[in-house]
Amino acid sequence: MHIDWAALGTVFGVSLIVTVGLVGLFTVGIVGLSKQQSAAAGKGNVAVARTTAYLCFALCAAAVAYGINLIVGK
Amino acid sequence: MEHITLLLAIVVVTALVFDFTNGFHDTANAMATTISTGALKPKAAVAMSAALNLVGAFLSVEVAKTISGGIINEKGIRTEVIFAALVGAILWNLVTWLLGLPSSSSHALFGGLIGAAVMSAGWSSVNGSTVVTKVLLPAVAAPIVAGVASMLATRLTYRINRNTDEKATAKGYRAGQIASAGLVSLAHGTNDAQKTMGIITLALVTGGVLHPGANPPMWVIVSAGMAIAMGTYLGGWRIIRTMGKGLTELAPPQGFAAQSGAATVILASSHLGFSLSTTQVCSGSVMGAGLGRKGGVVRWSTATRMFIAWGLTLPAAGLVGAGAEFLTGQGTWGVVLVAILLIAGSGFIWKLSRRQPVDHNDVTATVPPAESPAEPAGVVTTAIAAVTPPPTVAAVAADLTATIPAPAPVAPADPARPATV
Repeated sequence: MHIDWAALGTVFGVSLIVTVGLVGLFTVGIVGLSKQQSAAAGKGNVAVARTTAYLCFALCAAAVAYGINLIVGK
Repeated sequence: MEHITLLLAIVVVTALVFDFTNGFHDTANAMATTISTGALKPKAAVAMSAALNLVGAFLSVEVAKTISGGIINEKGIRTEVIFAALVGAILWNLVTWLLGLPSSSSHALFGGLIGAAVMSAGWSSVNGSTVVTKVLLPAVAAPIVAGVASMLATRLTYRINRNTDEKATAKGYRAGQIASAGLVSLAHGTNDAQKTMGIITLALVTGGVLHPGANPPMWVIVSAGMAIAMGTYLGGWRIIRTMGKGLTELAPPQGFAAQSGAATVILASSHLGFSLSTTQVCSGSVMGAGLGRKGGVVRWSTATRMFIAWGLTLPAAGLVGAGAEFLTGQGTWGVVLVAILLIAGSGFIWKLSRRQPVDHNDVTATVPPAESPAEPAGVVTTAIAAVTPPPTVAAVAADLTATIPAPAPVAPADPARPATV
């Protein structure tokens, strides 16, 4: 019986890294946006917080687009 | 369509019914956590999932070339075998739905196919090692892979957001979760509607209506897409409740981590060559996210019931498939009888479900007694209580025999046994 451990291992590794990476990125974005609100109230740098947040969301959107691409291009 | 015989027509309709049960069985995968965290209203969630399933059905032009991916030998497979397999898969899907247990629709189909093929051509028609690599191993791997990924993601997200206001971030998490759920729905439509198209096409080829290697006709694509979308829109509320509330309680960050983990694992597994069942991936993600939060609990009794259902999927669907194949082998009256039994059995299960209906209104209600998936009294409770391997098969069989005057699906299964041992 041939069990493709390499494929299983790859799926495990890729899933782990991508999931943790994306969730982390998105959380940084959300936290950045909520900081932006408190920054607007007078503490911290609004522009930096907002730029970081939008950058994170853009990367996540790119990941979703790649995901759709994977589904469609099969 | 002048060449379509009665048998072929029955198979096409049955395949669409399977597609439909597949839809409402699997709504939970994409939408259970989305509904339970309040990211979308129940009705809006299933509508969105249904639309994406429909879109997904039209997206890919490549149709599954085999039904079973090598689990059984499909050379010269008879149309009756496909029909019998579908009957087994549909009934198992309905039973697990009645009990509110998420289980893999593809594995149910594999089980039905194995049972029907063994009854029709003996054990040599089943490729044992493929069963292990394509069904058993993935069933163990899926929850682990998805669970670990979602658990770590949940930990990380709670760590990063620990200094922020929960209310301020909830909206963002919900938006992210909707996006991940959308991906899962789209992938489901592409994969599973494709599978039904493959079955119908194969049946048409077997019946001589299409020449081998032909693409599915437009009416097949449209009807398969519509069937899965309608099933999804109907919503398997019982399973949604188990997955969204029964296994664990999810807060928005967890829901987001779970759904993103599920979407990632599903896409990674189908594109890196180690297919995992969507249902098992999503259940694993939900449990992982439950464990990832400090103080989060997974209700292991519900999880155990679910694992047992996974273990029973192959044998139970296989027994019904074998019984159905035995009957269809008797001639036209057998085929008609199996069709009648299928309708009667489905009607009976539906009637049982009405004793304590679950719909979009109470799907997010807290699951009553902490340790139970909140199912109705009477027959169903007994069936749940009996979820230890042998009794459940018995209960399932009992359900069937109770509905059906002839002890059909049970008795014919027995002749297969001597061959087993």
